[in-house]
Amino acid sequence: MERIPILKMGPVLLVSIQVDMHDQLALTLQDDLTDRIVTTRARGVLIDISSLEVVDSFIGRMLGNIAAMSRVLDAETVVVGMRPAVAITLVELGMSLSGVRTALNVERAMEMLKAATSDGHPTADGQPSAGEDTDARRPD
Amino acid sequence: MPVARTEKLPIQSSEDVVRIRQAVRVLAVASGFTLVDQTKFVTAASELARNTLIHGGGGTVELESLTEGRRRGIRLTFVDQGPGIADVQQALRDGFTTGNGLGLGLGGAKRLSNEFDLHSQPGAGTTVRITRWT
Amino acid sequence: MSPDQPSRIAQFLEQHDKELLLAWVEHQRQSVASRRDLIDEGELREQSQQFLRLLREAAALGGNDVAGPRWEAVRELLRTLSESRARLGFSPSETALFVFSLKAPLFGLLRQYLGTDARVLAEETVNVTGLLDNLGLYTTEVYQKSREAIIASQSQEMLELSTPVVQLWDGILGLPLIGTLDSARTQVVMENLLQRIVDTGARIAVIDITGVPTVDTLVAQHLLKTVAAARLMGADCIISGIRPQIAQTVVHLGLDLTTVVTKATLADAFAVALQRVGLSVVRSAAPR
Repeated sequence: MERIPILKMGPVLLVSIQVDMHDQLALTLQDDLTDRIVTTRARGVLIDISSLEVVDSFIGRMLGNIAAMSRVLDAETVVVGMRPAVAITLVELGMSLSGVRTALNVERAMEMLKAATSDGHPTADGQPSAGEDTDARRPD
Repeated sequence: MPVARTEKLPIQSSEDVVRIRQAVRVLAVASGFTLVDQTKFVTAASELARNTLIHGGGGTVELESLTEGRRRGIRLTFVDQGPGIADVQQALRDGFTTGNGLGLGLGGAKRLSNEFDLHSQPGAGTTVRITRWT
Repeated sequence: MSPDQPSRIAQFLEQHDKELLLAWVEHQRQSVASRRDLIDEGELREQSQQFLRLLREAAALGGNDVAGPRWEAVRELLRTLSESRARLGFSPSETALFVFSLKAPLFGLLRQYLGTDARVLAEETVNVTGLLDNLGLYTTEVYQKSREAIIASQSQEMLELSTPVVQLWDGILGLPLIGTLDSARTQVVMENLLQRIVDTGARIAVIDITGVPTVDTLVAQHLLKTVAAARLMGADCIISGIRPQIAQTVVHLGLDLTTVVTKATLADAFAVALQRVGLSVVRSAAPR
């Protein structure tokens, strides 16, 4: 079955949606992401939609769901690269996506996620937050 | 008003919904729609195609290219033989949901189009028609 | 005339090609409407020669349906000619006269060589008149369409020029709206702003309406939709320059601006924007 690939970069999961998704694929993505957040203890999710020419109410709701579910799992979601025509259409549709944080580009999104994930917030097993990348410790 | 071309597509699966989006996009580009108008109309088509699939139990959509003087347009007619909509006014109001929590997207599709027409009778199916002009 | 019979006119044109070209160019030269100020004789001669050749070729294929495929080459020449003359500043009549001016010299030659057979002369005259009339009309139509296209693109340019999006600072855009806003203009302006936000990666856009005398419901809705769309993309908007009359209109119309940051002046808005992006203005030395 086709799936949208999910990449891991430190404490952040990256998803780049490059295809016109049918509903099944979108639901699968939703499930896969939720699973991966749990198994990797991810603290952030970045969804790049800069390739999407159309975002209808179903996909819009999917993005909202992912944001809400990841928040419950203590991860922050940022949706990146929404095109102007898509934004205008979503507003016309009446979707405000109020629970979803957005950024113009990946750079900005990573800044936002860094701020959200390196808050020293301990994870459930008492270990330091997954936001601290043990391979590249930066001197204070 | 002269109809230049007609195409009829099935709506029996979610892949069909994607195909319809793509077909409408191609038609919109060919008709000279601006990027924003293309996006709006393709999105409206997606909403209605999904409705036909999920609430109508499947159906068809007819795509027509129109010309009226100097302006060009596209008309989409979605038909299903499903249960029909009992309260059309209610359905057109945003936020109306039914069954598995999916909004009907009718109000949205209406706002994204220039012309909107709906005929539905409980037990006799639903026909929704939207038109967009350059 | 049977559509499959090679046209008599095609043969005639073949036989008297040079003579006709000479007479036609001379006729055009003498006519005031040939606009010698806009086009030189060499170019005119070349265009005339090409037209006669294509006319001959199309007529030889038979039929006189100028809208059909056999006449495509002729139509293309007339399209190119018409579009270039529209750009050069020819009037529609002056452009169509290129085709119509062929009648006089052509009839002259027909009379000269076919004058003995009145029936044939009359027949050919009628055929030629029909052909050239249709081609002349086609030329006018093309001219109209290309003028309309030029006007449309000029309007678009003017629209974009009249409301430029400026960069107030790194990551902060400003859009000073001036004059009355109608629905169509506001839409174009707003789409432009959203695109500039993407192009510059701006975090904040200040939409200043100091120069807008009145705001009606539609315009206000467009403004609010733009703010919402910008937010969906990841940028915030501040609306500034709200004068007392506009504030009254907003309240009177029952518009909900609670989700939008609004400031009375552009300066205030800019200060807020700087704060939002984490910048501050610091005095470096005592002012001179």
